[in-house]
Amino acid sequence: MTRPGGLATLADHKRKRIDELIARTTEPGGVSLIRDAGRRLLRNPTAIVGAVLILLFLIIAIFAPLVAPHDPVQRFPELTKDLTVDSIPGATAGHPLGSDPLGRDFASRMIYGARQTLFVGVLATLIGLLLGVLLGALAGAIGGWVDAVVMRLTDVMLALPSLLLAITLVALARQSTQWTVIVAVAVVNVPIFARLLRGSMLAQRESDHVLAARALGVKRRDIVLRHMLPNSLTAVIVQATLTFAVAILDAAALSFLGLGDPDINRAEWGLMLGVDGVRYFEVRPELAYFPALAIIFVALGFTLLGESIREALDPKNRR
Amino acid sequence: MPPLLDVRELSVVFQRKGTRPVTAVDGVSFTVEPGQTVGLVGESGCGKSVTSLAIMGLLPRRGNKVTGEVRFEDTDLLQLRPRDLRDWRGRDIGMIFQDPLSSLNPVIPLGVQVAEVLERHQGRTRQAALKQARELLDAVGIPDPARRLKEFPHQLSGGMRQRALIAIALACKPRLLIADEPTTALDVTIQAQILTLLKELVDDSGTALVMITHDLGVVAGLCDTVNVLYAGKVVERAYRHDLFAEPRHPYTHGLLQSVPRLDVDRGERLHQIRGSVSDNIPWPEGCAFAPRCDRVVDDCIGETVPLEPTFRAGALRCANPVPKEVAV
Repeated sequence: MTRPGGLATLADHKRKRIDELIARTTEPGGVSLIRDAGRRLLRNPTAIVGAVLILLFLIIAIFAPLVAPHDPVQRFPELTKDLTVDSIPGATAGHPLGSDPLGRDFASRMIYGARQTLFVGVLATLIGLLLGVLLGALAGAIGGWVDAVVMRLTDVMLALPSLLLAITLVALARQSTQWTVIVAVAVVNVPIFARLLRGSMLAQRESDHVLAARALGVKRRDIVLRHMLPNSLTAVIVQATLTFAVAILDAAALSFLGLGDPDINRAEWGLMLGVDGVRYFEVRPELAYFPALAIIFVALGFTLLGESIREALDPKNRR
Repeated sequence: MPPLLDVRELSVVFQRKGTRPVTAVDGVSFTVEPGQTVGLVGESGCGKSVTSLAIMGLLPRRGNKVTGEVRFEDTDLLQLRPRDLRDWRGRDIGMIFQDPLSSLNPVIPLGVQVAEVLERHQGRTRQAALKQARELLDAVGIPDPARRLKEFPHQLSGGMRQRALIAIALACKPRLLIADEPTTALDVTIQAQILTLLKELVDDSGTALVMITHDLGVVAGLCDTVNVLYAGKVVERAYRHDLFAEPRHPYTHGLLQSVPRLDVDRGERLHQIRGSVSDNIPWPEGCAFAPRCDRVVDDCIGETVPLEPTFRAGALRCANPVPKEVAV
């Protein structure tokens, strides 16, 4: 028993659905992998959350001078006037998060810390990624003794705890700057990238489509660059996003141990957490909470986005 | 006129340090005339695929010893440097593999994959190659080729993927096409389409075809001559009609008997060959098939049974062949 009106709406609904289907089937089927992945990323709430976190972080880092209420290195003597070990000034007018033990505006230091954290994390990850991909690709593509040498090298590096290795590397440099920290953290991550890429390259080398490409007489260079490498990169991309979080933590740990940049004016979350945060935890736990939360959220943002990118880039998920 | 492809005493030995060498292909010889379709038939593990990979020089160099000759016209492909052999592959000899999905690169659009071989061997620009790729896809019966060019392998159906691979293999108009079980991964209905397409294309272009298969139906429909392989050796060679009408080797006979037929009562048990390929004896000590053979006699054991010519360019390696009147 259908009312005429109901029938009409049903028909409308059906017609609309059919139109949709037609539109979908006639839309040009070939969309570039990147564009298609981007479209799927936008539909994925996880990706949006991750992207928003990172974007927030990026905006703060880039526009730090505009966002921060004060210069991060400027000391305000009136805040530290009656400073003792038991009392660090809390929030006052003009200083929303109070000051650090040296009387510098804590909020401004947090904001400038985003800059420093981003700089160290991105550079260390990128350098590690580049070197690792280079070594892994060489090992996987050439095989033989090149593979053996590269892999034994990574074995040695992986045998040491990463932080210990980083400390050793920093110690090798006569004078510690933020660059020694970046390079040390990058080098620590090289074997991870190299192993990962080499593994997928080996799997690719045995794959049918590489055999098919060889059967077509495709040159070795093209087989490696066009057929093996692009199919092997997904795991490395995901690893890079995870590495970013690790890199921030490693850099922070180095700072904490006094192996970082000796410049006490540099605002860095890891340093803030490691030094003031720990020392004054009983009195002003905010000094630890805020840098810690900032690091966690940035790392979370990169992890969420990285995982979504992996999903979106996987050709098997394409429709 | 010399044959297009002349495989002489081709042997492949898998040899790894510390393990016993395994002879996968043991002195296989056969010829392919221009435009001819030749079948290589046998069950899993008899050396069909290894033979084809050895012809193309695609076996890993480490751990393998390939001996014999593979004469393509006047060139021994086995003597070519890898760099030079690359120029022959794809241009003069094409190859189609079993699994069409995994044989295509998942992250590259189909059009680029077809274009790649044209760019490589004919020096086309990407644009010209893509234009030609569209014509090629059209020629292998892929509808709406302009759109398919931009699609990725996972967006195509199995049949379409195999059509695309055929288009890639035939793009440079090779004189020889090696098809390694091209229909095994496909539905039966699609199998027929692909075989028909292959037949048409090789007939039109005069391309010779080496068809590697375990499917006797494929052989019956396609091949001019058939080589039956067992444990790395040719055990019987014959023209298609002769082979199906009068199989002489007990193995061939058994294979044909194992195919279900519509004109046999339903209740009747299907013939099966006892044991598996691994139940064999080394060729130097007799006929490898002897342990599974119903017609085994004393002459089968002791020394290699030679491959003797029979009538009409055929050949047979058997001490006690199936008599002609018993044939199916």
